Amino acid sequence: MSAAELPVAGPSAPVAPQRSSAEWTGAGFTALSGLAALLIVLMVVVILGEVVWNGWSTVTWEFLAGAPREGMTKGGIFPAIYGTLLLVVLMVVALVPFGVGAAIWLHLYARQESWFTKTVRFAVHNLAGVPSIVFGLFGLGFFIQFVGREMDRALGLDVVWGQPALLWAALTLALLNLPVVIVTTEEALRTVAREQREASLALGATRWQTVRHVLLPQALPGILTGAILAVARGAGEVAPILFTGAAYFLPFLPKSPTDQFMELGYHVFVLATQSPDVDATRPLLYGTVLVLLVLTFLLNLTAILLRARLRARLLGKA
Amino acid sequence: MTVAPDPKPPLSSRPHVPERGPALAAGAAPPTRLAARDFHLYYGATHALKGITLEIPSGSVTAIIGPSGCGKSTLLRSFNRMNDLIPGVRTLGHLAVSGVDVGASSTDVVDLRRRVGMVFQRPNPFPKSIFENAAFGLRMLGMSDREVLAQRVEVGLRRAALWDEVKDRLDRSALQLSGGQQQRLCIARCLAVEPEIILMDEPASALDPTATARIEELVLELRGRYTIVVVTHNMQQAARISDHTVFMLQGVLVEHGDTRRVFTSPREKLTEDYITGRFG
Repeated sequence: MSAAELPVAGPSAPVAPQRSSAEWTGAGFTALSGLAALLIVLMVVVILGEVVWNGWSTVTWEFLAGAPREGMTKGGIFPAIYGTLLLVVLMVVALVPFGVGAAIWLHLYARQESWFTKTVRFAVHNLAGVPSIVFGLFGLGFFIQFVGREMDRALGLDVVWGQPALLWAALTLALLNLPVVIVTTEEALRTVAREQREASLALGATRWQTVRHVLLPQALPGILTGAILAVARGAGEVAPILFTGAAYFLPFLPKSPTDQFMELGYHVFVLATQSPDVDATRPLLYGTVLVLLVLTFLLNLTAILLRARLRARLLGKA
Repeated sequence: MTVAPDPKPPLSSRPHVPERGPALAAGAAPPTRLAARDFHLYYGATHALKGITLEIPSGSVTAIIGPSGCGKSTLLRSFNRMNDLIPGVRTLGHLAVSGVDVGASSTDVVDLRRRVGMVFQRPNPFPKSIFENAAFGLRMLGMSDREVLAQRVEVGLRRAALWDEVKDRLDRSALQLSGGQQQRLCIARCLAVEPEIILMDEPASALDPTATARIEELVLELRGRYTIVVVTHNMQQAARISDHTVFMLQGVLVEHGDTRRVFTSPREKLTEDYITGRFG
């Protein structure tokens, strides 16, 4: 480009065309980003529409409360709903204390510049990037083949713990979601103003009392957010439970943590690919997907309402 | 810092120091409550406090003044070891509260902070009820008897001149109070645990003039019963409420003395320049 072509700054420089080209670019990007946003909405509408449209008529009381019959071409999905709820509850029970504990330690007790703290943080972030199928294999190798079998050996049992089970599946899922809970909890603790922590300590509260009575109550809405994310993911994740406890079909409901269980997400996979008569199972498949979506949605909604109430109470509005 | 040798400004530009009786009844000199001897503090490589030496008598109000970053808040926060929360802080020298070595590793920091209360720059009540705010320190001491708590809370709120305004709504959230009320609640919260000393870090700087006046009145009412140290960037405020004034500059204690004397005939040229508004 020769010097003559360069735009010349000064009163005589042609400013107007440049500006309009910038405006065109701006308008173009606005339209593109708007389109991207619209696409998201469209996809949600299409997915929900398809599922609701095709699944609506299948979802009857009999479908919700009954067990699969006749090679899964008839009957309901109650065992899978029951199994999913048990799995999620067990996961949360295992997950929250560990996740919140780790976050408290990282935020308050850990010496931030020590190599151990850095290693823990590095591990948390990398754990979040591990594919879920790898967690499934880890669960099989660690919980079932190592922990379970060693327990059987120590207790002199045949095979009770050393096989796929509800407990191991829940623990594997908890492990998968641990980074989410740690990161959101630490973030929540960080948003509690330093002044609040100082006020508590200055009144002669110990460090633990400050955590217990000031930081945790104020961080609770944020901690709940982490739990919500974990629950939403836990209810739909199939890979980690594939090897660790989910069953293709069970004629009974799980009664102990060592039982296997049926699960909605896995049941969707089974109906879609493993059925001897795929056409016959298609209405059931839509119904199951609808139930899975509604269940996840309801779990989320409950947690969101709970969080909103806690927030209002913290702000003194309730 | 060089200052042009202007003629001495008129006396009217100096903060006015009102007449006031001694903090304690005449008699034996009051014992020393807070003492620093050649006290140094470092934030990493930054030398924030350079050899501070001072004694603060029991029952008095002492104001620490100086420009931003002179170390006045750092010094204040040293007395209840609040600086412990900041990584990389080191101290040298000696600091004592009622004769107890503050810096010693054997010192129980929790116990120290119960005896040395603190009021912060911005009102920071907990998102709990007014009652639970005032009762917080007591609960942390393990007190749970409802009657004892109620009584101590009332004493705290009365001394903080807040009782009449909140007695009918103790179970309401403290966040519904005005900024000035919140700050008096923070003072009540601190008084409820019966400290010997109250440290105030610019307690009125986030408040409007009316609320500020009430805090200042309150300080004068608490004078005598408690030893109070107030950090302020407001020289008029220092003149109005304190018995003694400490002037600090760049981590050094420049001058310490009777407030009237410091404001009318400072010994140091730097103090003179600061209080007459030639820098700050």
